[in-house]
Amino acid sequence: MSRAGQGDRTERGDRTGRDERADRTARIREAMREEGDAIAEHTREHNAGRKAVTEDFPEYETLRERARAVKEDAIENLPDLVDRLRESVEANGGHLYVADDAADANRYIVETVGDAETVVKSKSMTTEEIDLNDALEAAGVEPVETDLGEWVIQLAEESPSHLIGPAMHKDRAEIAALFAEVFDPADPPETATELTAFAREMLGKRIREADVGLTGANFVVAESGSLALVTNEGNARKVASTPDTHIAVSGVEKIVPTVEDLEPFLNLLSRAGAGQELSAYTSLLTPPVASPVPDFDAPDEPLSAPDDEGTTANPDREFHLVLIDNGRLAMREDEDLRETLYCVRCGACANSCGNFQSVGGHVFGGETYTGGIAGGWEAGIEGLNVAGEFNDLCTGCSRCVPACPVKIDIPWINTVVRDRINRRKADASDFAFLPDGLAPDAEPAGLDLGKRFVGDFATLAKWGHRTAPLANRLADAGPVRAALERVVGIDRRRDLPTFASESLVEWFDRRGGARIPLADADRDAILYPDTYTNYVDVERGKAAVRALEALGVHVRVPSLPPSGRPPLSQGMVATAEERAHDLYAALAEHVDADRDVVVVEPSDLAMIRSEYERFLEPAAFERLAGASYEVLEYVYGLLENGASIDALVGGDDATRTSELAYHPHCQARTLDLEVYTLTVLERAGYDVRTSDTECCGMAGSFGYKTEYYELSIDVGEPLVEDFGGTDRTLVASGTSCGEQLDALLDRPARHPIELLAPPDSASR
Amino acid sequence: MSIETTFRESLSELDVAVTRTTPGSCADAIADAADGKTIGVPLPEGLTLPPDVIDRPTNGDLETAETGVTPATLGIAETGSVHLESDRAGTELVSLYPQRHVAVLRTEDLVSDVATAIDRLGPDLRAGGSGVIATGPSATADMGSLVVGAHGPGEVHVVLVEAGR
Repeated sequence: MSRAGQGDRTERGDRTGRDERADRTARIREAMREEGDAIAEHTREHNAGRKAVTEDFPEYETLRERARAVKEDAIENLPDLVDRLRESVEANGGHLYVADDAADANRYIVETVGDAETVVKSKSMTTEEIDLNDALEAAGVEPVETDLGEWVIQLAEESPSHLIGPAMHKDRAEIAALFAEVFDPADPPETATELTAFAREMLGKRIREADVGLTGANFVVAESGSLALVTNEGNARKVASTPDTHIAVSGVEKIVPTVEDLEPFLNLLSRAGAGQELSAYTSLLTPPVASPVPDFDAPDEPLSAPDDEGTTANPDREFHLVLIDNGRLAMREDEDLRETLYCVRCGACANSCGNFQSVGGHVFGGETYTGGIAGGWEAGIEGLNVAGEFNDLCTGCSRCVPACPVKIDIPWINTVVRDRINRRKADASDFAFLPDGLAPDAEPAGLDLGKRFVGDFATLAKWGHRTAPLANRLADAGPVRAALERVVGIDRRRDLPTFASESLVEWFDRRGGARIPLADADRDAILYPDTYTNYVDVERGKAAVRALEALGVHVRVPSLPPSGRPPLSQGMVATAEERAHDLYAALAEHVDADRDVVVVEPSDLAMIRSEYERFLEPAAFERLAGASYEVLEYVYGLLENGASIDALVGGDDATRTSELAYHPHCQARTLDLEVYTLTVLERAGYDVRTSDTECCGMAGSFGYKTEYYELSIDVGEPLVEDFGGTDRTLVASGTSCGEQLDALLDRPARHPIELLAPPDSASR
Repeated sequence: MSIETTFRESLSELDVAVTRTTPGSCADAIADAADGKTIGVPLPEGLTLPPDVIDRPTNGDLETAETGVTPATLGIAETGSVHLESDRAGTELVSLYPQRHVAVLRTEDLVSDVATAIDRLGPDLRAGGSGVIATGPSATADMGSLVVGAHGPGEVHVVLVEAGR
């Protein structure tokens, strides 16, 4: 191949990457402008509601465990449950159809509907998935959505932007304008109450006239053929009880074995999704139901005959249950996507997600599903191309993990999907002809340059440190920033990390190592020199050493391999796993010698305590995770075991005030670590205001990327509202949180250990 | 706290009114709770509807009634819910279509929590029964802010009947 030809190829590839980034930036900007305010208001409200209602509910964790266990078993035994369900539904006098895919399901439903004129529907994401409304319309049947939000979407010819709030992106005024435009009423409804009354009136008529009622199902019970339908509006009740034919459409994964298995889910679903103990209506139906079929065309006829009593199935009623496979049984066989099938579609992952709160489901979503869990659904149902359109928006901040009522590791699903997308793109790239052995990591040769650049931050940082200050001057130079932006997508509006010419490990050696002799020490600890603490923010590492020594710890700072967090964030799973094995190998002997492992960077600790479970042998994982501590967690432990807070004579410089504004790191929050930082700072006499913002928006390298820079700033906006009007000293444990706070509020953030460590001279 | 006190507190949080009465005064309590044209379905043995309640409504009555009176088979103290059974007489429809629902519940049918309720409902569901656990009035947040009274009733009133006469 000629050099000129290669040049063309590279330039073309370059431009395509830039075009893609520009498109994405434009889409995100538009969503933030048009839909962001309504989405932010509603998701944050639901998220706060979930927290409030679960905090004073002690059984919550037990219920999550039980719900998870039911789902694990049910998916494991799914083929048997389908057989049992078929027997139950048929014994009740209903019909069960298992559809292989969307076309199969639509064909059956259209046939069943027959010559009906209208089908009234209650909200069902599964019918969105199969595009049932299009199929019905093509067959000359009018589908009418009766969930108010879903109806708004149908009238506006849009798609749902949230699993439980399909019209969450629209505010009241937009809905009023839509009704006025579509119906041109004499007295247009304006207030939320008027709009609701208008919708109730219009839709009530459609329900009374309809030939067929179609619902989804939140859960389906194999042993009895029962459905659980959870709504607030009452439309599912009307739809299921008014027309004589009821069709329920459900993903095949919604089956649970017994009625009693419903209990944990009913107790969790509305709490997790909307912050309600229970939704207004939990219908538990074993159709065909007993209710009489009202005939509103015969107003003078009795609703039911005087001698008609009891609760047995009404012979005038017909029931069809349509279970949809559409990729689910293949997901069941996929070790990593399988967990997606435990999803109960409550939307809590979307509500707790910083990025989702800013852009909503039209950007953070695929063909049908929205929010973090959509990564799994869309990859399994539509494929990697669709999942790839929004996969980057999961930053792995992990705030959805404690929010999920069935404990799905949503960030892991998205990481695996990212890995698969990377590999597919790599196979198709201009560099795929390179042998994989030439790549600096365990990834395929053609991996996206931006991903590799960020994912291999440890190598970059090491090089930057060796060549600092040259590297720092170079990194600040205009042409270099332009090239970084063009080639690997690092936004030039961001300050790049400044590399230290003396690393933490070098500093520690130069000072002569530990200052508390082992013989005099209460504890023996490794301070883990994570990439940032070792090469970039060395001061917080020094502060950690001084603080631990002040509390009587023999500290060691050996040179250790990186944790693998940056490659994992980029979906480079194989590389992250290699790092895990390397770090474990380097630490195993220390752990065997009963040394504690103290970690400054929360994302690295989260790696060791959470993700390593997937990479290491169980005993190895338990051993390392059990010996590792976040630095403030460790300080708290020392204080609880007799060390005195007085040894930490607060603060290292004159900028200290006694009033702090603390933003806990997202992953540390998921591990419930922020309480230690808060407690220690308060014991040291600080007045601390803590933010409840889920994630600062920087999320490691996310906010550095050109196409996500503005989104990242928007996600951090609540922090400006929280802390902007104060002169409190900003405190953050995560490096990227600190960078983001600095960018948002234009004043530097400190690591909490820097506010606690004694000054250098005092540590001998 | 007694189970009944818990139930009443939960109802109060849901803005659901409650009247405690005896079997003998049940009809009067229902009449007080009802408003406008009222339809109903037969109540359990020993309890009667007030005379001006239409106890065998027509289809037209279902559409035009302002209050629907039905029995409730269970009450859940912790959540303030009532369970309404789908039956041939039309409890589901009568409790759903009118703007106001009056649920008649016997104190002996109160259970403490959702788990107990599901245990009680299991055999019925397995035997082909259906119903709804209704918790407060219908509501929607889809029109820009929370509105009480969507497709179902906007007002709920529980008539709690103590044992004896």
